[in-house]
Amino acid sequence: MIALRHVTKRFGDRVALDDISLAVEPGRTHVLLGSSGSGKSTILRIVLGLVRPDAGDVSIETDGSTGSSAHQVGYVVQEGALYPHLTAARNVMLPARAAGWATERQAARLETLATLVELESDLLGRFPHQLSGGQQQRVSLMRALMLDPPILLLDEPLGALDPITRSSLQAQLARIFGELRKTVVLVTHDVREAFVFGSVITLLSHGRIVQQGTLADLAQRPADPFVSEFLNAQAPPPAMTRDLGR
Amino acid sequence: MRRPASLCFVGGAVLVVLLATTTTRAERPTLRVGSKSFTESYILAEIVAQIIDDTGEARAERRLGLGGTGLAWGALASGAIDVYPEYTGTIAQAILKDPALTSVDAMRASLGAQGVIVGNPLGFDNTYALAVRRDDSTRLGLRTISDLVRHPELRAAFDSGFLERADGWPGLQRQYGLRFADVRTMEHALTYPALAAGRVDVIDVFSTDGQLARLDLVLLTDDRRLFPAYTAVLLARRELADRYPRTWEALQRRLGARIDNATMARLNALADLEHQSFAEAAGTFLGRTSAQASRHRAGELWKLTLEHLQLVAASLAAAVVLGLPLGILAARRRRLAQAELIGVGVIQTIPALALLTFMIPLFGIGQVPALVALSLYALLPIVRTTHAGIASLDPRLTEMTTVLGLRGWRRLAWIELPLASVTIMAGIKTAAVVTVGTATLAAFIGGGGYGTLIVTGLALNDVTTILAGAIPAAVMALVIHAAFEALDRVVVPRALRAAASASR
Repeated sequence: MIALRHVTKRFGDRVALDDISLAVEPGRTHVLLGSSGSGKSTILRIVLGLVRPDAGDVSIETDGSTGSSAHQVGYVVQEGALYPHLTAARNVMLPARAAGWATERQAARLETLATLVELESDLLGRFPHQLSGGQQQRVSLMRALMLDPPILLLDEPLGALDPITRSSLQAQLARIFGELRKTVVLVTHDVREAFVFGSVITLLSHGRIVQQGTLADLAQRPADPFVSEFLNAQAPPPAMTRDLGR
Repeated sequence: MRRPASLCFVGGAVLVVLLATTTTRAERPTLRVGSKSFTESYILAEIVAQIIDDTGEARAERRLGLGGTGLAWGALASGAIDVYPEYTGTIAQAILKDPALTSVDAMRASLGAQGVIVGNPLGFDNTYALAVRRDDSTRLGLRTISDLVRHPELRAAFDSGFLERADGWPGLQRQYGLRFADVRTMEHALTYPALAAGRVDVIDVFSTDGQLARLDLVLLTDDRRLFPAYTAVLLARRELADRYPRTWEALQRRLGARIDNATMARLNALADLEHQSFAEAAGTFLGRTSAQASRHRAGELWKLTLEHLQLVAASLAAAVVLGLPLGILAARRRRLAQAELIGVGVIQTIPALALLTFMIPLFGIGQVPALVALSLYALLPIVRTTHAGIASLDPRLTEMTTVLGLRGWRRLAWIELPLASVTIMAGIKTAAVVTVGTATLAAFIGGGGYGTLIVTGLALNDVTTILAGAIPAAVMALVIHAAFEALDRVVVPRALRAAASASR
């Protein structure tokens, strides 16, 4: 369970988050939807402790797991943030090395994760610049999952990928989240992606929560004209839908 | 990852070199003889050293070629050397800063208070003088400087120092009312050929220059006593006379009033014009045959190479050991970074000779102060690139270290240093190559190395000797650069090297 209570954050004059209260239920995938600058990434960074809120408080409750924040939360960002001087395998094992795992345990976990994300094992010896964007993101996900944290935070994980890779990875991630039953918070600006992942969607605009609910709630009972506007802006033009329908 | 191991290796190498540089002690007590970096001073110091060795109370250790009055006097005052030749004019003006002092006895009283004794005058005066060709002297009747007043059609060439000193050209104009058709400034060594070739008619000289006899020039008498007396004397620490009375007595007896202007000019000519070593020229004065003197040269280059390498390696190692943590600290704390970068930047702006002079009271002369100064100079590129390399890392990558639970030294050793290694190595490489060049200045405080040849060559105005020091230094810079390129392969992670060469 992640809970934000009345969280406010300013960067200089700009209000990034304005009195945000948000609860994320354990074991579900929660999507933070919004255009850039809406504050959705800042929420993740506050949960991670990378950014300190000006007001309000954040609590993370996970049953059983102790240790550093790396044991609690996994984090994947756009373009992966893999370390260019380390091979894929070394990137993935980094948090386990820091946590002092035995080599055999690291290797076993590495293999399990490679199977989970369907990454060919010969790719693990490569350096990030020798991998495609989709492969890099799968390695990045493996690294986030290395210590098996109960919470997974993803910030536009597929944002830099081409549409085909993006679509196939969306399906793969949705399957993985379903299998793992982790508490997932995924940040995206893409309505369709929100639909693929989100059982609960929180739509943000200018640092405020506009509406929270399922996609059906948002589409059929918009709390604000902005909700419809946002959803419609990303819907394919009617003509195209007709063509595809034939 | 072998990164921390390779850092340890570098650290170990540093210690070995530093230990190797500590001096070894000899059985016989040593007396350290200093000189400044011009021919006459070298020769006089050699004569002193050979007399010390002859007397047998102590062994002479040569600390020759100190880069100026400040350094030589500083070395004597701090006890880093025991004796060196000096001139009364310099003692009055530069050391005691009292131009009114003229008598040796008055100087004895002032210097005695500082534990320094003044030997009896050696018998010659190395002062400024004006020289003309012998045929002009005969034809125009030039005997004294006053005689020049009647010949304003003559052309003069003066050294830039002489042109500006109060007791130089301005003094001549004031005291004698001299005028010339043309007065140009020229490097001292070039005025002789210009005069000989008839391009100019009057030049300033030092009254013991070796060129005077060879070119058959006439020195004009300073009939209105403008030029101060620069009588040569020995300056020594009082302990020398107290502990080694026979040596001091021998120096007084064999040197006191024994070298007149003509003798000194002849000795200078032996070194400047006939390419004898300073030791040979000194030996000639002491009545030796020159058989033993040329033993130096062959083994000398190898010895200088080792000295130079030692200077570069030890100072660079110290700069890395000091600079890396400073750079890392600066990358961590932005306020501190400003102060640090300004600090190391200011050090860089201190002229080398000034910095070396500051070192004498703290570290004496020789290798140690040279090492300290060189290390300080090498700091700037290392601190700057370490700071820049770490501070400019992609914030998404550094932030991720926190998320992944990498803290403290792990974050530094696993992520930041490897990622910044290309930049940091570039800084160390720059420091290494620059240090090879700067290390030639160590010779000015008796630090040894290739600079010894360069300083000697400058004193002799002998391009061959200068090149004998400068070329090996350039070669060493290239070799060291290549060595660091090779070290890149060990230190910089493979993937980053590939990326760097791809983006070129």
